[in-house]
Amino acid sequence: MIVEGKQKIWADYQKDIPDDHYYYVRSCIRQSFFPASEVTFLDITRNKLGKDFYENPYHTTCGGIAYHSDSIPQETAMTIIARQFALMHESGYENYVCSCITSFGCYTETLETWHEFPELEAKIRQYLWDSCKKEFAKPKYLAHSSDIIYKFRHEIAKQAKFKLVNAKTGKPLKVVEHIGCHYAKMFPSKGFGGAEYPHVLAGMIEAWGGEVVDYPERRQCCGFGFRQYFVQANRGYSMSNTYKKFESMEPYEPDLIITNCPGCPYFLDRWQYVIAEQTGKTYGKNGYGIPALTYEEVAGLVMGYDPWDLGLQMHQVAIEPLLDKMGIEYDPKAKYKGINNKDLGTPENPINIKIK
Amino acid sequence: MKEHAVLIIGAGPAGLETAYQLKSLGLRPIIIERNDKIGGHLAQWDRLFPSSEEANKLLERLKEQVKDVEIKLNSRISSIEKEGEIFHVTLTNNKTYDVSAVVLCTGFDLFKAEKKQEYGYGIYNNVITNAELEHYFKTHNDERIKEPKRIGFVHCVGSRDVKVNNTYCSKVCCATALKQACEIKEEFPDADVYCFYMDLRMFGKGYEDLYLKAQKEFDIKCVRGRVCEVSENIEGRLVIKAEDTLLGTPMKMTLDLLVLMCGMEKAEGVERIQNMLNIKSNHDGFIENGDTFIGLNKTKEKGVFVAGACTSPKTLPDTLAEARSAAVEVYRYLNS
Repeated sequence: MIVEGKQKIWADYQKDIPDDHYYYVRSCIRQSFFPASEVTFLDITRNKLGKDFYENPYHTTCGGIAYHSDSIPQETAMTIIARQFALMHESGYENYVCSCITSFGCYTETLETWHEFPELEAKIRQYLWDSCKKEFAKPKYLAHSSDIIYKFRHEIAKQAKFKLVNAKTGKPLKVVEHIGCHYAKMFPSKGFGGAEYPHVLAGMIEAWGGEVVDYPERRQCCGFGFRQYFVQANRGYSMSNTYKKFESMEPYEPDLIITNCPGCPYFLDRWQYVIAEQTGKTYGKNGYGIPALTYEEVAGLVMGYDPWDLGLQMHQVAIEPLLDKMGIEYDPKAKYKGINNKDLGTPENPINIKIK
Repeated sequence: MKEHAVLIIGAGPAGLETAYQLKSLGLRPIIIERNDKIGGHLAQWDRLFPSSEEANKLLERLKEQVKDVEIKLNSRISSIEKEGEIFHVTLTNNKTYDVSAVVLCTGFDLFKAEKKQEYGYGIYNNVITNAELEHYFKTHNDERIKEPKRIGFVHCVGSRDVKVNNTYCSKVCCATALKQACEIKEEFPDADVYCFYMDLRMFGKGYEDLYLKAQKEFDIKCVRGRVCEVSENIEGRLVIKAEDTLLGTPMKMTLDLLVLMCGMEKAEGVERIQNMLNIKSNHDGFIENGDTFIGLNKTKEKGVFVAGACTSPKTLPDTLAEARSAAVEVYRYLNS
């Protein structure tokens, strides 16, 4: 591995991100999968970094899941997106930040398509007017929320209470970075580091003290792949994707997987349970799995948020071995307590993978 | 006849052969070369396809032919101004020449392999270029090449590739890959050698024989399909993904060495000289010549001629043939 080669590519694939005043749009599914990720993002950016993030309650889905599942045509998806841009414009913002990778891909694809085919943009403008009586302005800047954390990764490191370092040995944790396919594979210039060697998560890992694991199936899809999972008959294909990745990363003995997509941490997390139950194999040490976290959750851990406030009990794979390695204290009894000490219930123990 | 001076830009095979022929025709060629030695890419090569003739022998013959020709090494052109039929040429060291014609023999640059990021050149140690393998054959000095057990060649790197805006075929890569595959097999007989190709364009004399020899005598395995991804495993070996389009199946393979057959692009810095001479580029980015059929060596600008791979990718025999015809065109122009 020639690190300088990667650094050169990283330098070539940089993009401007404004310093402040962002219009933030949430994901359809992330709040169900990782309930504290988006609120942690907003807390870090607003209250720790002092940035202005505005949310509009009328924001809806971007239509990405339906679009990529061939349920709606591109014009419909574009009209939904045009409405989001209209809401941003009405709110007085021009820097659009989305939480979802698929949304980011859809927004990028839409803007690029309108750039190449202005007549289509005019058509969508008319569709939006006919359906909603709204007019839109295109964002001046489009960013994914992981771009924002990447931009401020060193500021976060300055405020960090913990590092991605084994507190007992002092050695960096080995961290797998998994980038959502829709981040830069379609438009490499729109992602930090490009499509082949993205830097957006690797930069966070480096800034927070960890060591990036580059393994052969790094670029492979997590296994979600929309139709791989949504079409029930294809779910074996979905899991075989994930299985392939874990078999490939296993020799490197990673401590953690960090992701920037709604689907990836979910599938990299949940399929470990299924693989363990089907094959008896686990990829962490001592019968545990490898935690697969969102970048907001990792940023939250680094900044000293309580692991259960970050919603880490919602992951299938137990987080405790990672917390122990990082030297983060936690209350095991509070793991399955919700807001106001509400009992969330305790999951059953699987046969082959430890969850606590 | 007056001894006209003719400026030749570039001291590669095209420039050397053009100079020799012009000298033979009674003209006074002057060669300007930006590098510190003559020979261009030929000087970097070990052996030539299809016969495996030593590149150095050909280069020595070309050098011998121009021993009486004025050659300015380490020289760059500062300006060229045309006044009537005369070109006033100034070098960056302020030396000046008045010449009656200019022949562009600026050759090509090899495609920069790092542009195809998926192949991992400059990222993974054991990904090398065709030029680096040729250098190894010349010197046997490359730490990356140590008893490789499995070797892959990727054809068409930077050629016939819309993504890098090079839609043309570089013409020499298929034959070079098979030549190099045979040579590395000679060196490491136990190694398995694979060539990943789009189409094998073995069009020249002896090329098809080379293709058959590579398969029959050297057991080179030719796979029709492009490599789409290269990565490195924990042992530092390369893991590639490709598709065998004849079998219709994806492939994954572990290799010890991957050789990228980089194609040709217009040489860097030539645009500047084109601007001085008001010569345009063709749609492939090379210098535009006057006519596809009967004006190969001419340009739109009177008194400015071209020879070799500066107008499009060419084999060495084609380059030398063009150099000879360029000399005839210059001679005819100066005597008309």
